Formats: sequence, C-alpha cells, structure tokens
Amino acid sequence: MSASFTKSTARNIFYGGSVFFFLIFLGLTVDTTLAVPSHNAKAQLTDAAVRGKKIWETRNCAGCHTLLGEGAFFAPELGNVYVRRGPEFIKGWMKAMPTNVPGRRQMPQFNLNDAQLDDLVAFLKYSSQINTNNWPPNIEG
Amino acid sequence: MSNATVAALPASKATVNDQIKYRSQAVAKPYFVAAIGLFIGQILFGLIIGLQYFKGDFLFPAIPFGTARMVHTNLLIVWLLFGFMGAGYFLIPEECERELYSPKLAIITFWVFLVAGALTILGYLGLPYNVLAHLTGNDLLPTMGRGYLEQPLITKVGIVLVALSFLFNLSMTLLSGRKTSISIVMMLGLWGLAIFFLFSFVNPNNLVLDKYFWWWVVHLWVEGVWELIMGAMLAFVLVKVTGVDREIIEKWLYLIIAMTLITGIIGTGHHYFWIGTPGYWQLLGSVFSALEPVPFFMMTVFAFNMVKRRRREHPNQAATLWALGTGVMSFLGAGVWGFLGTLSVVNYYTHGTQLTAAHGHMAFYGAYAMVVLTMISYTMPLLRGREANSAAAQKLEKTAFWVMTLAIVGITLSLTAAAVTQVSLQRLSAAPLSFMETQQHIMPMYWARFGFGLCFFTGLMMYVTSFFVTGKRES
Repeated sequence: MSASFTKSTARNIFYGGSVFFFLIFLGLTVDTTLAVPSHNAKAQLTDAAVRGKKIWETRNCAGCHTLLGEGAFFAPELGNVYVRRGPEFIKGWMKAMPTNVPGRRQMPQFNLNDAQLDDLVAFLKYSSQINTNNWPPNIEG
Repeated sequence: MSNATVAALPASKATVNDQIKYRSQAVAKPYFVAAIGLFIGQILFGLIIGLQYFKGDFLFPAIPFGTARMVHTNLLIVWLLFGFMGAGYFLIPEECERELYSPKLAIITFWVFLVAGALTILGYLGLPYNVLAHLTGNDLLPTMGRGYLEQPLITKVGIVLVALSFLFNLSMTLLSGRKTSISIVMMLGLWGLAIFFLFSFVNPNNLVLDKYFWWWVVHLWVEGVWELIMGAMLAFVLVKVTGVDREIIEKWLYLIIAMTLITGIIGTGHHYFWIGTPGYWQLLGSVFSALEPVPFFMMTVFAFNMVKRRRREHPNQAATLWALGTGVMSFLGAGVWGFLGTLSVVNYYTHGTQLTAAHGHMAFYGAYAMVVLTMISYTMPLLRGREANSAAAQKLEKTAFWVMTLAIVGITLSLTAAAVTQVSLQRLSAAPLSFMETQQHIMPMYWARFGFGLCFFTGLMMYVTSFFVTGKRES
C-alpha cells in the first residue's frame, strides 16, 4: 500500500463504512419486518401453532432436523412435512418412535399427549404455509 | 494493583516471571487451559455424532444425536469464548501498558463461567431437554431450542453477566491506559459480541422473525464482530513475532475489518433467501456475501506479507506457523467454502445440505479455533516463564498443527462430496430420492469424515502433549 494511504484513512473507511452499512441494514430490517405479514399472508399463526412452536423448541427438534433449511442435517426437512406426509402420519410417527431398527438412526420418544401432538402439527402446518420463495426445489425437502 | 488483587494471583507467580510485562496478564492462563480442555470435549462429542451418522443407534437412547450435537456446538462456542477472554486479559494490559483493572474480578469471572458452563453441559446430558427448559425458567421467557442458542435462560443471563464483568474489567483498563488501534478494535469486537448476544433473548412467535433475528446473533457474530476480535488477535501476534512497524500492521487491520463489516452486515442477507422474507434479499444477500471472502483473502495476504517483511527472528516459530495457518484456512473455510453456496441461485439447491456442514467445519476451525491457538501458542510460553518452548516441544506442536489442519481439510472434502451427492440425488434429480434414501448413498463419505475426525483427535492429543514436552530451549 502506498505511503499516502495512511492508517487514519483506513480507520475512517472502517468507521464510516460500518456505520453506513449498518444503518442501511437497520432500514432493510424495518422494511422486512413490515413486509413479513403480507409476504406470508397464507401463514396462519394460530394459538395452537404458537404452543406447537414451544414444543418444537423444548424437544430440541432442530438438533437433528432442518426447518426451512436451518437446523441440523441428520434427519429430514420438516418445513414442508405437513404437505409431504400429512397430519395423521406425523402423529403416528411421533408415537411409534424409536424404531429400534439396529444400525438405523433413532429418534427419541417424546411422550407427547394428543393435545401436544395436535399443537405440534399446527406449528408444522403453519411452517408449511410460510412463503419461502418456492424453496425447497421439490417435495423431498 | 492493591494488595487484595496481588493476593488473587496464583501463588506460583510469586517468583517473578520476567517474560510477561504486567503480572496481571497471568490471569489469561487459566482461561487458555480451560479453553483447551473444553476443546477436547468438543472433539469427543464430534466423534460421537460423526459415528452416529453411519451407525445411527450408537449410544441411543443414552446420548441421542441432537443432544450430542448440542454439546459439540456449545462446547465450541464456550471454548472459543474462553480463548477470546484469555486473549483479552493478556492483550489489553500489554497494549494499554498498565496492569489489568482487577485481576481478582477476572479470576472470579473465570470460575463463574467455568462452573456455569459445566452445569449447563451436565444439564444437557443428564436431563430431558424439556425438563431442563422447565426447571430453568424457559416458560417465563422462551429462548431455548434454537441452534447454538440452546442454553437455558439462566445460563444465557449468566453469559451476559460474565461478559459484562469481563468488558468492565478490560474497558476500565483501556480507559486509563495507552489506546492503540489493536486494543480498540479488540474492544469493539468484544463489545459487539456481547451486544449481539442480547438478540438471543429475542424469540418472536412468528417463525420468520424468530429466524430473522436469530441470525443477528449467529451471523453478526461469526461473519461480523468476531472477525474484529480475530483481526486484533492476529495483528497483536504479528506485531510481536515479526517486529514489523505497528503503523503498517494497524493500517492493514483497519482495512481488513472495514471490508469485513462493509460486506458482512448486508451479507447477512444470504440467510434471508428462503425463510419467509421478501425476495429482494436474494440480490442483496448474493452480492454482498459474494464479497465476504475479500477480507479473509486480505487476512491471508496480510499474515504472509508481515512475516515476509519481518525484522526479527522470533524463537517461537510455532506461533508464526499458527498465524500463517489461520490466514490461509480462514480464507479457504470462511471465504472459499462460504462462497460455494452463497449465491441465491446456487443456495436454492444447497441450502440445508451437508455443504453447510462442510463450510462450517473449516470456517470455524480456520478462523476462530486457529486464531485462538495462535494466541495460545504465542502467550503460553510467556505465561510459563520462557520466550518460546523448546525445539522438541515446538516440533511436536507444529506436527500437531499439520495433523489437525489436514484432518479438517479431509473432513471438509468428505462433507463436500456428501453435499454433491445429496444435492444431485435429493434436489436436482428428475426423480428425487427422499432424505433418508439419499443418506444411504452418502455413507462412504460419512465413514471418511469419521476417519478424518479420528485424525483430528490424534492431532489434538499431540497438541496437548506438546505442552508437557521439555528439552533444551532454543536460544
């Protein structure tokens, strides 16, 4: 770097650039926050879905699964599982775990009651209604 | 320092260590020891989950995958935080040319953080997660169950208190000391770390907004303020081992972190493609995150340039190797592997696949694990009363460097091969396979990854052993 490019020039670029782009980011965040409801007009965040989200979180579902592509990569994507498998399959699956097939990846039994299973399904239904800009590429997630 | 604070220092320091300029820098030592201990734990749990990928019922139901993964990732964060804190306690007094404001507070903070961290891990392993959540106040303010932020509410509050104690201590030291660019950048990074962690308490019911602000912790940490900490630590060690004029090094530092935040803040948008956010993020996120490799490339050029222009031959060659290594590996892991999946047209197919895991492993190791190891490599001999370790110890440390680094390359390539298979069979195929069917085709790559994981663990054991190798000192 040339001698005319001094440390204080570099420092000014750092402070100026950081503040400038952070302010733009804040502006975009306000815009996104305001746009999320209309962008996701089909997503029904019901009371049951809110309760289901708590179940999702407190069973550490994201420790194995992805939800809209985020989480862990050990088990299937669940953002669209409501569409892929349907509510009854999901509930039946949860009740049947673990499979105990030797060598096969195992999912714990969470002992959810029927009301909790309904809430969890409501949350997964809500997740599947989020406008993900057509992600994933196909139903397999 | 008051008598009370002197008394708080370890008794062995009564014999004067003339290698450290300020006695209170010695508080860094327990932080680094704890960091390495937790690092070992992180890798052991990494081996468990690596094995579970192909032997699915291993340790089930005692330690299910989700639990072991949570321990793996949380130990990673905690050991890096211990490393950053140790680095702060060593670097800030040295740069500020004065003793730490309160060494006693630093030692208390250390034990609080270690005990809280250990209890949290025991809670993960010993209790069902929902029971842990219930017992620790998650019903009052639900924050748990989101990646990297799985800690119970009381642990999160504890982290904030520990961070405040740490930042108070260092800020008081800085305020009444010499203010260098390195110390100011370090403090900006550490304050940023604490401030963005506060978003871990933000968990809206709306899943889109939950995910949106989750990234304010995760992305703005690792692709934002942590790079300031990394840059400051690297600059500090390069000043020491190369003897290059501080003005030049600090100019580079500002330029690197300027590029980091100019690209990385809006670059957060590469996480906002498919989570229910407006479509404009696809353009913004692609463009800005495509530029995120630039600061990492500058980091590499910076490290090599400074070492090339060195004005002294520092006897601690291992530290120099780590400094060069973190430059290269952070560019490859965070820069190149980050770029592979960052454009929205590519990310549409790679999002949520093993490519993320491949990138994550090399980036975390190359940028953050290695920069902490750089700092430990430079400071630990000083903290133990010598300018550098013996030739034999350095030789083992350098071998460990190569074993661990090549093992990470192996892990990354295995996972990249896994990602290619996964994307082609599950995402691109005209007749896509299900997730689990696809996994069956990836088994050889998971075996390879586990093998490289064992290599990594071997390298780590060599690294730990290097601390116990004596032998003739290099003059």
